[in-house]
Amino acid sequence: MMTTHLERSAGPAVRSSSSSATVRRRRKRAELLAGYGFLTPWLLGFVLLTLGPMIASLYLAFTDYNLFSNPTWAGLANFTRLFHDPDYIQSWKVTAGYVLIGTPLKLAAALVVAMLLNAKRRGQGFYRSAFYAPSLIGASVSVAIVWKAMFIDGGIVDQVGQFFGAAPGGWVGNPSKTLPMLILLTVWQFGAPMVIFLAGLKQIPRELYEAASIDGAGPLRKFRSITVPMLSPVLFFNLLLETIHAFQIFASAFIISNGTGGPARSTLFYTLYLYQRGFVSFQMGYAAAMAWVLVLVVGVITAILFRSSRTWVHYSGEMR
Amino acid sequence: MTTVSAPPADAPNSVDSARLRRVGRARRGGRSLIFHLVALGLTVVVLYPGVWMIVSMFKPSHSIVGDPSLVPHQASLDNVVAALSGIGGISFWTFVRNSVLLGVASVVGVVFSCSLAAYAFARVSFRGRGVLFSLMIGTLLLPFHVVIIPQYILFNQLGLVNTFVPLLLGKFLAVDAFFVFLMVQFMRNLPRQLDEAARIDGAGHIRIFFSIMVPLMKPAFITSSIFAFIWSWNDFLGPLIYLKRPDLYTLPIALRLYVDQTTVSDYGAQMAMAVLALVPVLLFFLVFQRYLVEGVATQGLKG
Repeated sequence: MMTTHLERSAGPAVRSSSSSATVRRRRKRAELLAGYGFLTPWLLGFVLLTLGPMIASLYLAFTDYNLFSNPTWAGLANFTRLFHDPDYIQSWKVTAGYVLIGTPLKLAAALVVAMLLNAKRRGQGFYRSAFYAPSLIGASVSVAIVWKAMFIDGGIVDQVGQFFGAAPGGWVGNPSKTLPMLILLTVWQFGAPMVIFLAGLKQIPRELYEAASIDGAGPLRKFRSITVPMLSPVLFFNLLLETIHAFQIFASAFIISNGTGGPARSTLFYTLYLYQRGFVSFQMGYAAAMAWVLVLVVGVITAILFRSSRTWVHYSGEMR
Repeated sequence: MTTVSAPPADAPNSVDSARLRRVGRARRGGRSLIFHLVALGLTVVVLYPGVWMIVSMFKPSHSIVGDPSLVPHQASLDNVVAALSGIGGISFWTFVRNSVLLGVASVVGVVFSCSLAAYAFARVSFRGRGVLFSLMIGTLLLPFHVVIIPQYILFNQLGLVNTFVPLLLGKFLAVDAFFVFLMVQFMRNLPRQLDEAARIDGAGHIRIFFSIMVPLMKPAFITSSIFAFIWSWNDFLGPLIYLKRPDLYTLPIALRLYVDQTTVSDYGAQMAMAVLALVPVLLFFLVFQRYLVEGVATQGLKG
């Protein structure tokens, strides 16, 4: 139906020989129709699956709702309960630790390896692909099972640790080591940001480094004064996406703790706790309140990142 | 970096320059050796868990956890047979079928809906485009948590829990802004003269889209398809929420059920099933690695 409509309105506009004003107006209308015609699926999706649900969960956040009876207005009760809920506070601690430690480590690894690979050498393509591979499978259930097997009592990591004199014991059952274990899992997936860094490094003109060398700049100075500023848009992009990405960890924590967030709530990530509240005990209002607090926090973080980017991100010429 | 110390080709003193060149080459050779040692070492560390997983599936179940070696002492297919025998009376291949079905349908939905949206954003100029484009980019940064609960309530009321509809509807409605963004970026780099020429010949947007854009978009379609398939294949939260009947389970959910049911020490079959669940992803990676890595490099897609 869209087809005939568009063809009919676009056709005459092109052929019409009446005054140029009407032609322009008609063409504008045709463009408008075409634009919204092509956007129809996306618009439907945006309204039905994003905007509508966002508003609905904002409403639900102020209600008690268990899916089986009608929602009842609860005012701010969900939010006040949140901040007195030790599990909720724990989920923030776990998630914040993961985001604040895991993301910088992952990006640092990505940057260091990208710089290593940036020197044009044979085999670069092979290494790039090999390092990228974990990013494709890292969030899967399969890898979570392998990780668990590697870090359990008597597992590979335990053996290596004992060889180097660490106290025996796996990481899976030790509440103080589950977070480091999952941080290692995310650092292992440094390949995706590394590939993006590599693409950014390739854009930096070689002459800058050559000129700096002639001026007697050492490698550290070159890194600080050329690489970092020239790479800052890419760094910003990676930082933003990886931070938001880190908040969404779910499958690995779920598999490693069998959905409990244990041991001793040490893997009770935000998403896992939200799942437990919303889809295990069906406290939809409570879970919606959790979701909106997260949206606000992520929104504030995004705003801070964008604001701070004005001081440290340099857009030169046509780079992004 | 070494280029600075390399002597110019037409140096007056040929003896000196030959010596310098030799030194330069030796230094470069040394650096190259260090580079490859470091890179290879890193490759071993990065690939070890994956290779260990694959090797472990051939080891006897009791000797997996404590055995870091990458060569099985007594290889057997027992674990694979156990994994293929299915769970709770449901064949392994049922899970494969469900996963493949969802993956293929996701690809179709993503390519169809996202390319349409991308065309509107990249090639049609209409009032409201800027605002809508910002909203689209905004959904890239929005935590999905805020929509899953109302979405679940909606699909539950429509009686669509235990169907694939909740998992696929969003793909056909271009909800994954990543793909829209990827295709917009790609389309913006196609020469505008093509559509202008077609326009003069009297072609409308529909004609331009199907006869000019679609054929040229092939690389973007391939990259999007691979990612759409792999993301659907690895998805855990979606199927966990919406698929409650074991005969509808996808591989990751079946795998989780399997881990729950088997005793902790029986890692053999778990490993085998974990590997089998990754086979398509690994195959895609081996065949299309160039598209994947290029896709990430240009668009910043996550794995």
